[in-house]
Amino acid sequence: MTAFVLNEIRKGFYLDSVALMRLSREIAGAPGIIEAALMMGTPANIAIMRNAGLLQDATTPQGNDLVLAIRAESEDAARTVLAQAEKELDKPKTQGGGTEAWRPRSIAAAVNGVPGLNLALISVPGDFAAAEARKALNRGLHVMMFSDNVSIEDERSLKDRARELGLLMMGPDCGTAIIGGAPLAFANRLKRGGIGIIGASGTGTQEVSCLISEAGEGISHALGVGGRDLKKEIGGITTLMAIDALDADPSTERVVLISKPPHPDVAKAVIARIAKSPKPYTVCFIGAASADLPPNARFAPTLKGAAEIAIGRSIGDGFDAQAEASRHNRRAGAGRIEGLYSGGTLCAEAQVILTAGGREVASNAAIPGIPYLDSPDSKGRERMIDLGADEYTKGKPHPMIDPSVRDEALRAALQDPSIAVILVDLVIGYGAHADPAGYLAEVVAGRGKNAPLIVGSVCGTEQDPQVRSAQIKRLQDAGILVAPSNEDACTLALALVSRD
Amino acid sequence: MADSNISPALALLVSEVKVVNVGLEGFVKDLKDCDIEVVHLDWSPPAGGDPEMATLLAKLGV
Repeated sequence: MTAFVLNEIRKGFYLDSVALMRLSREIAGAPGIIEAALMMGTPANIAIMRNAGLLQDATTPQGNDLVLAIRAESEDAARTVLAQAEKELDKPKTQGGGTEAWRPRSIAAAVNGVPGLNLALISVPGDFAAAEARKALNRGLHVMMFSDNVSIEDERSLKDRARELGLLMMGPDCGTAIIGGAPLAFANRLKRGGIGIIGASGTGTQEVSCLISEAGEGISHALGVGGRDLKKEIGGITTLMAIDALDADPSTERVVLISKPPHPDVAKAVIARIAKSPKPYTVCFIGAASADLPPNARFAPTLKGAAEIAIGRSIGDGFDAQAEASRHNRRAGAGRIEGLYSGGTLCAEAQVILTAGGREVASNAAIPGIPYLDSPDSKGRERMIDLGADEYTKGKPHPMIDPSVRDEALRAALQDPSIAVILVDLVIGYGAHADPAGYLAEVVAGRGKNAPLIVGSVCGTEQDPQVRSAQIKRLQDAGILVAPSNEDACTLALALVSRD
Repeated sequence: MADSNISPALALLVSEVKVVNVGLEGFVKDLKDCDIEVVHLDWSPPAGGDPEMATLLAKLGV
């Protein structure tokens, strides 16, 4: 069959990636369409579209052009859907704050127009994010950079500049922060209280803060630093500034620090700084077995462990993984565990818990001591897949926004006779999909009676727009086993495959 | 209002957060739901969509 490729370029027309995803999905699902994309014409996006056979040879968009690219079974089908897409694009832009909202054209204009503006939340494509962050810092704004695909050289340069100015540069690739109750990017609606969090990981911060909040305690602030802050190249610049800020903050009584294992030199500097703090610290370097900490700090090997130390008691006491496992024995003792995660740190925590439970694990986002999925050592191991990793999200929204990223792997796993248990996470809250449980339930509906058991947890709170208990019920109604935390879900998965 | 003698980072924690949102418009509604003052930038890629030129212009303060 010969495909017909049709391209349309709108010069200087910008739409954000979530709006693009919605419209892309609409046109890709139209009759006679093989594949379709709406993307800004950045070099990275052009490469994606060219590789997918979606661009005509003569199409050469610029980075501020919107590209509509359609591959269809016929010219008629392509032109019909193009007309439909153009009609959508010609509608007035939606207004987050109502049609009357003033929209400045630059950060400088925003600073001049809003007295007391103090923070820039940046989520533009990575190619342009550093430039916007630099403008914000130079205007005296703290920065929370949600954008990823920013070079580590740019990150260092921005953080050096921020430190000179005394400003917090959170990110890049900073998934979450909550400052004084303001949810920045992916964040949950939490009880306010005396526990401060510093997180080099988005879902790690979300899991710990939600477990604390659901246990009845509260959060003062959750400061994101970006996943690379504790690497040698960055040296923990934002982490050290965040410690200074939370130490001085009167509403913060104790602090939880969450990160992948830092570079040893950076770990030393951070731990030395913690030793000078008057406040108690909980340190969770997820993937590390321990850390040499001062008397005012305690080490937590898991996210749930970090939340428990922070509040001084255990969480989820009513959950008994062995008892739960004994009720579901149809696949007992057989097969592998496959983890399909949207949260990178939840995936890391799964590796920690399954390894501690005696399983051999491999991952595309491997913690220290675990082989990568593409290495020869990974054969036959439990696969813990981080679907938020770059290889799954190039040109697409994160799976917490667009859970369809998980569909293909999930359908394959449901058909795989070597798999006994599929582990999943659902992350709710601001910024996340409106109903991830409903979406997942539909994808797995109609699975065979011998399909693997699905075990998951919901990272979120009752106050979140999706309502945690409603999401849990939706999963349970779909036959999915739900544990109170990701750690408990992993423990349940272990119990299910370990039964005689 | 924050004390002028405290560090800018602490000032952020003890003051009202006021946000300029540059990028995904959905974040505006989330902030407004929490009664946080936010202004959304009518952003489009600067410098004709050339990332290197955009970086250079930002460094020059343009």
